[in-house]
Amino acid sequence: MNYAFKWSVLWSGQSGAWLLQGLITTLELSAVAWLIAVALGILSGALRTVPFRPLRWLATFYVEFFRNVPLLVWMFFWYFAVPPLLPRPAQDWVFNHGAEFWAGTAALGVYHGARMSEVIRSGIGAIPRTQFEASVAMGLTTFQAYRLVILPVALRLIVPPGTNESLNLLKNSSVALTISVAELTFQTRQIETYTAKAIEALTAGTLIYLVLCLSIATIMARVERAYAIPGLISRTQAG
Amino acid sequence: MAETAIRFSGVNKWFGKLHVLREINLAIGAGEVVVVCGPSGSGKSTLIRTVNGLERVQGGDVVVLGESIARRGVNLPALRTRVGMVFQSFNLFPHMTALENIMLAPMKVKRVARPEAEKLARALLERVGLREKAANYPANLSGGQQQRVAIARALAMQPRIMLFDEPTSALDPEMINEVLDVMTSLAREGMTMMCVTHEMGFARRVAHRVVFMDEGQVVEEGTPDEFFRAPKSDRGKQFLSKILTH
Repeated sequence: MNYAFKWSVLWSGQSGAWLLQGLITTLELSAVAWLIAVALGILSGALRTVPFRPLRWLATFYVEFFRNVPLLVWMFFWYFAVPPLLPRPAQDWVFNHGAEFWAGTAALGVYHGARMSEVIRSGIGAIPRTQFEASVAMGLTTFQAYRLVILPVALRLIVPPGTNESLNLLKNSSVALTISVAELTFQTRQIETYTAKAIEALTAGTLIYLVLCLSIATIMARVERAYAIPGLISRTQAG
Repeated sequence: MAETAIRFSGVNKWFGKLHVLREINLAIGAGEVVVVCGPSGSGKSTLIRTVNGLERVQGGDVVVLGESIARRGVNLPALRTRVGMVFQSFNLFPHMTALENIMLAPMKVKRVARPEAEKLARALLERVGLREKAANYPANLSGGQQQRVAIARALAMQPRIMLFDEPTSALDPEMINEVLDVMTSLAREGMTMMCVTHEMGFARRVAHRVVFMDEGQVVEEGTPDEFFRAPKSDRGKQFLSKILTH
């Protein structure tokens, strides 16, 4: 092996600033996309179980359409195909405010929303139908029954698979480098290009992703315990 | 009975090809306690579930407190606030304490302020003998206690009618009486009650009328005394001999 390690490339020159910028962009991209994914996931996951067929179809169409096309294709779609379809003022706004970032956010959020939807639907499916009946039998509307009973219970049940899906979203944010979003992976590639030190650059990226994901997993395990439904098995298994 | 609380007229319902309710005609007066019994699969649970619209009827109508349930555009949530229901499987909400379970509907449906709702809920817990269990989650209550909380929860909306769908069928034998006692005192206070139950002792002591169903039909009805002493139908005789011999 004649590779000469030179770890100092990570803190000399601009590398440190680039990594930090990349980390911040990854966090921003993932956070906004996560909010979109959770909102779409809860909405469509719930709609797939309501007693009204057209709404179920609509939600099913969303899920099957968006989860069955590769994320990479969605990145290109939102970046290259969507902006020309927008009205002129909206186009101008997008191109003046980081079109790559917003296209990446939309691609990531809408794609993972479809996947999150399945997680939430399975959580709702685990709740006996009689819980819904008991809710409406005391005068709650269907909307209230979902908001006050069905979803609060379902969301507690799906913390582990929901965490899994959230970590996937964070890691998949790296795909946004293909439409030039300067996120973490993009920046490690940049360091490599400037220093020709691939192992060092990739090691830095790898470690940052690892620490990020482990921190999120740890926090979510605490959330799971804090909100566990008394009497369910998961309480004793968490952590 | 002066006033009719529930009137089934020509009620029909199918589950696929299965004709589960066949031409049901039955009236339940205000303040009356009616026990519906019959073998499993006779349609008695389906019948009681038509009263608050958990099952839609496909022929005929159910008129509840003057409101037709089969009418298009019937406001079911509004009607359901006046008709309480207690289920076989308790159905307390697992993420809420006993107190919160009872407070939910008054606060969210009737917009009662929290302190008032809490006062009401505590009074109801006291009434079902569970004052000290207010902070317990359903998982930390016995089956009988859960069902008593479920009754308190239904009463929190101050309903005019209470529906009981096999309220003791999921309970261990030693817990059945604590639930029946609550139901008995409710009946004594003049609540209109429709109860699907296999508790023939309760029917005998508390019911004004027993309705016997088989294969989706009302086979016979009468006072508990008439029905238990001398059932008119052969199917009624058979049913009684099966459930009273063990």
